[in-house]
Amino acid sequence: MPEPKIVAYACTYCSYPGADLAGTLRIQYSPHVNIIRVLCSGRVSPELILRTFREGADGVLVLGCHYGDCHFVSGNHRTVKRVAVLRRILEYAGIEPERLRLEWVSASEGERFARIVDEFTETIRGLTPIEQVLA
Amino acid sequence: MVSVGQHENIEILSHSEVEEVAGFVGNFKIKVRRKARYVTEDLCTGCGLCQEKCPAKKILSEFDAGLGTRTAIYLPFAQAIPRIPVIDRDNCRYFEEGKCGICAKLCPRGAVDFEQEDEFVELEVGTILVTTGFDLFDCSRVSQYGYGTYDNVLSSLQLERLLDASGPTRGKIVTRDGREPESIAIVHCVGSRDKNYNRHCSRVCCMYSLKLAHLIKDATNAEVYEFYIDMRTGGKGYEEFYERLQEEGVIFVRGRPAEVVPHDGRLVVKAEDANLGRLLQVPVDMVILSAGLEPRRGAQDVAHVFGLSRSADGFFLERHPKLGPVETASNGVFIAGACQSPKDIPDTVAQAGAAAAAAMVMMDRGRVTLEPSVAQANVRLCSGCGECVVACPYSALQLVEGHVEVDETLCKGCGVCVGHCRSKAITLLHFTDEQLLAEMQGALRVLEVA
Repeated sequence: MPEPKIVAYACTYCSYPGADLAGTLRIQYSPHVNIIRVLCSGRVSPELILRTFREGADGVLVLGCHYGDCHFVSGNHRTVKRVAVLRRILEYAGIEPERLRLEWVSASEGERFARIVDEFTETIRGLTPIEQVLA
Repeated sequence: MVSVGQHENIEILSHSEVEEVAGFVGNFKIKVRRKARYVTEDLCTGCGLCQEKCPAKKILSEFDAGLGTRTAIYLPFAQAIPRIPVIDRDNCRYFEEGKCGICAKLCPRGAVDFEQEDEFVELEVGTILVTTGFDLFDCSRVSQYGYGTYDNVLSSLQLERLLDASGPTRGKIVTRDGREPESIAIVHCVGSRDKNYNRHCSRVCCMYSLKLAHLIKDATNAEVYEFYIDMRTGGKGYEEFYERLQEEGVIFVRGRPAEVVPHDGRLVVKAEDANLGRLLQVPVDMVILSAGLEPRRGAQDVAHVFGLSRSADGFFLERHPKLGPVETASNGVFIAGACQSPKDIPDTVAQAGAAAAAAMVMMDRGRVTLEPSVAQANVRLCSGCGECVVACPYSALQLVEGHVEVDETLCKGCGVCVGHCRSKAITLLHFTDEQLLAEMQGALRVLEVA
């Protein structure tokens, strides 16, 4: 069974430093995740997420600041709505909605970042590889 | 504080709260609520006659940590700037019963005004320094030490008040029934380094506990016991002070006390001396709890108003621990002092100087370098639906003649508009669709190789 491929979109002000902190603290977490920095989780468009699945990602994590704590005031409010709708669209298209997850990680939550990544990797590991789903 | 009050370029707005911060670095617009103090500032001379004659005299003084009393019209503390009293609505007879008004009748300047209401002031400023400080840990939360239950269990701040020559006992250390104590225990780390309350070390308690022990030795003949977990005396001259106290005969016991119990009119501190590996029961006349430092109760609201982040312990988060220690994630907003983390006075003064200098550099330069990652609109693709205008948290987008236009000084580059645009008419420089796509494809390839 091939290892899962996961892409995480992390915002500059909370989640990316959070991931950085996990590294500074020498916390081990799943190596199957590659992080892409965006300025705000609100930048992650639905098209980008869908395209990520089409390019072969088994799971997509969108990580932003805690609700009400967004550096860009209300950027992540948009993300919440967008991801909720997108999960239903995925389900409709025959892709398990569990493959897309939105989580809040603040700049001080290195441990939380590692835990979320590990949990998500386990979830994805239990699913069929996306290549077979889309084939 | 007096020289700050007299400085021609400094205006102090006491008894006030910032309600709203709009705008951006260089052009902040701040809405301040000036709470009603029921005394007209322009008329009051600070003579203090109103405080002398106020009939409500038995209110526990916050400044004296509940050991002394104050009146309903009062100055928070003797050196308060400006020297203008405030009326405590909840305890004033005029507000409670609708009669009294003695202060208003006696004031030679007619400064007392019961009809005063909160006012709002709008300020335009270039930079902001947030220095909101800390709250002292409430010792009654640690019930096994009996603070608030036993008369002679005091917080460190209360002992500090007893030691003050103008304090409630005129500088004498006495038990509640007026005796001079023969032995005193000081308990370190109350509310700090304790996963039940705060995990962080409050940093100042070891040194202030040593200082209190020194002052007790100076003022009384009492035996002093210090119960500590670790003695943290880092800082210039601090370790030397610790050694000096050992020579002065203070007894240091390594071990956090389990509880304080009353016995024969005295108190017994139960602890384990970890160095000796023995259980101790030390009878004392007075127990001092070295309370830790906590984030202020309103820190969450302050963070929200000024756009600050907070670290896991609740203190405000600096932009970077080494590269931006006084800057915050909000450009033009700086932090200093114990609102950032517990620290002592020398560290606070140093950090405050750094924050003031950083703010001055910004103002002196008169211009700021903007981030290059701003949104760009493609007029040809824009359908003029206006979704992005609604989504933008900074009102940086506007519909002009049926298509969107970006104000680059207002745009902070979050890209929410990009995520929202259905016609792909907006791109975020440095985070364009092509760039993110290439990055994502590269990431997936890396994962494949791994």
